[in-house]
Amino acid sequence: MTPGTGSGGWGVEGLGVRYGDRTALDGVTFAVAARSVAAVVGGDGAGKTSLLRALAGTVRPSAGTVRRPDDRHIGYMSAGPGVWADLTVAENLEFTGRAYGLGAGRLGSRTAELLERTDLGEARGRLAGRLSGGMRQKLALAMALLHEPELLILDEPTTGVDPVSRVELWRLLAAAAAGGAAVALATTYLDEAERAATVLVLDQGRALLAGTPEEVLAAVPGRVVEAPARPEGAPAWRRGARWRVWSPDGAPLPGATEVTMDLEDAVVVAQLARERRAERSAA
Amino acid sequence: MWAMAMKELRQMRRDRRTLAMMILLPVLLLVVFGYAASFDVDRVKTVVVGPLAPEVAGRLPERLEVVETRADLGREEAVEALRDGDAVVGIVTGSGGASILVDGADLFSARAVVTELRGHPELPEPEILFNPTLDTSTIMVPGLMGVVLVFVGTIATALGVVRERQSGTLEQLAVMPFRPRDVLLGKLLPYLGVAAVDLVVIVAAGMLLFDVPFVGSPLVFALGAVAFLFVTVGAGVLISTVSETQGQAIQLAMMIMLPQILLSGLIFPLHAMAAGVRWIGYLLPLTYFIQVARGVMVKGTPFDALLLPLGMLAVLGLVVLGMSIARFRRDLAPAGRRHRRHGKAEADATTAGAGAR
Repeated sequence: MTPGTGSGGWGVEGLGVRYGDRTALDGVTFAVAARSVAAVVGGDGAGKTSLLRALAGTVRPSAGTVRRPDDRHIGYMSAGPGVWADLTVAENLEFTGRAYGLGAGRLGSRTAELLERTDLGEARGRLAGRLSGGMRQKLALAMALLHEPELLILDEPTTGVDPVSRVELWRLLAAAAAGGAAVALATTYLDEAERAATVLVLDQGRALLAGTPEEVLAAVPGRVVEAPARPEGAPAWRRGARWRVWSPDGAPLPGATEVTMDLEDAVVVAQLARERRAERSAA
Repeated sequence: MWAMAMKELRQMRRDRRTLAMMILLPVLLLVVFGYAASFDVDRVKTVVVGPLAPEVAGRLPERLEVVETRADLGREEAVEALRDGDAVVGIVTGSGGASILVDGADLFSARAVVTELRGHPELPEPEILFNPTLDTSTIMVPGLMGVVLVFVGTIATALGVVRERQSGTLEQLAVMPFRPRDVLLGKLLPYLGVAAVDLVVIVAAGMLLFDVPFVGSPLVFALGAVAFLFVTVGAGVLISTVSETQGQAIQLAMMIMLPQILLSGLIFPLHAMAAGVRWIGYLLPLTYFIQVARGVMVKGTPFDALLLPLGMLAVLGLVVLGMSIARFRRDLAPAGRRHRRHGKAEADATTAGAGAR
């Protein structure tokens, strides 16, 4: 397979990851096509980071296959800071560029371009440890983008970042996808995942839902409606000041109004449906 | 108050290393000071040479333990035996009377011999070689160089590598197209450089401030120092691979450093220690560095007489650095990736094998 082309691009198939006795991932399939963003969503401990690490090659899979380009064509942003706190912004970029074998000319032009696009130009001489959370994330993303990777792997790039920085980070990674990169990102923000071409919802190491956002919404069983108060006996969850209610068989609920279901509703319903199935099989 | 004490006790129980240090350290110190901390040298290795050697050898005080009696050798060979560390006392017999040579670089043995000989007025006044005034700094400074190198090599290296892990950037390095070897060597090179500069500064300071002599070959000294640095830096990396935080790394480094200071012969002479403790000293790299440093600087011991300590440093260096590289590699490339310089797509398949491509 040639990098960046071919059916399905990069990804994992039937992936299993174990840490000792604990199963972190079990039979997960996730494809990342060139020129698009594929999102992995799920709660804490769902297996998002393990999936991305296996894709990046820092975790050994216990089962399945991983398809990824050569190390030189991967850009990676870890969930941690991922930048060298005691190096300046410019030094962080320079080190990354040298690590990926960029020549002086290309390093200079890419650095200038990314500093401008990330608005970090004025902070180029500042230590990375002294940057605000949003600026640090932008630097980490700039480092991952520096060598124009074919596969960009981003582990929760926008977590803990203010809304303005979130928008800027998304602008950068969307531009990378438009430029030809295959972007795989993990996020806990479901509104972000709706912007992705494909979404994989993980729960306890297994795939709960997968497909385009529309496919994921269409796959949700039953109906979701909105009610002003929590109804008796029906599974419900709060959204702002009102309640969302799941009707597994699609039966109408008195006093409830129709609502357009979004990805957050879909994930909650999928989890409820899974719990229901588990209860039934246990009984 | 009880709630606080209970909480502290629970935390203490979970911090196994601190607990081990609190319990093991006093035991270790007790054993070391009990068996090793002795300046009293009972037996001193002696060579007797010259035409009357067999006759004189039988009449020496008990403390002088004769290891070689050679009537066919002379003063020159006796000095060589002292220089090469084969003996501490050399008795040269001849028609004009006997002379007693003492190795002043073996401070405590030399002092014991001088005291002993005062009780035997019939024997001639001893001639002290290499360190005629039995100066403490002359033998302490070369040994302290080793301690400084342990400090810089082990602690600074361990902290540097753990910092990378603690800040989460080790993961970033693992994804970059480096081979683990490149990461490790690139990481170590600056520390080796700083330690080398340190070494030069200490040698110069020792010579200028404390009048420590440097009579031997700088090349042999450098050889020993480089081999020793590889051991200490390797130990630093090894510590970093089993430490999650910088605090843990310092704790472990201290546990490695303390026995070296106490059991290497830096302070207490090795041959005055109980046999059970002495063998620990023979496993420590500082023991051999001190032999090389004191030998070369103070006595001018040549390369071939230092083959054993130099060889031991090389073996320890290979073992420690090899272990640290193996552990570091496991940390950096757990997926067993092949880092290719060139090449296109790479598939990493486990159970499904070639199906990945």
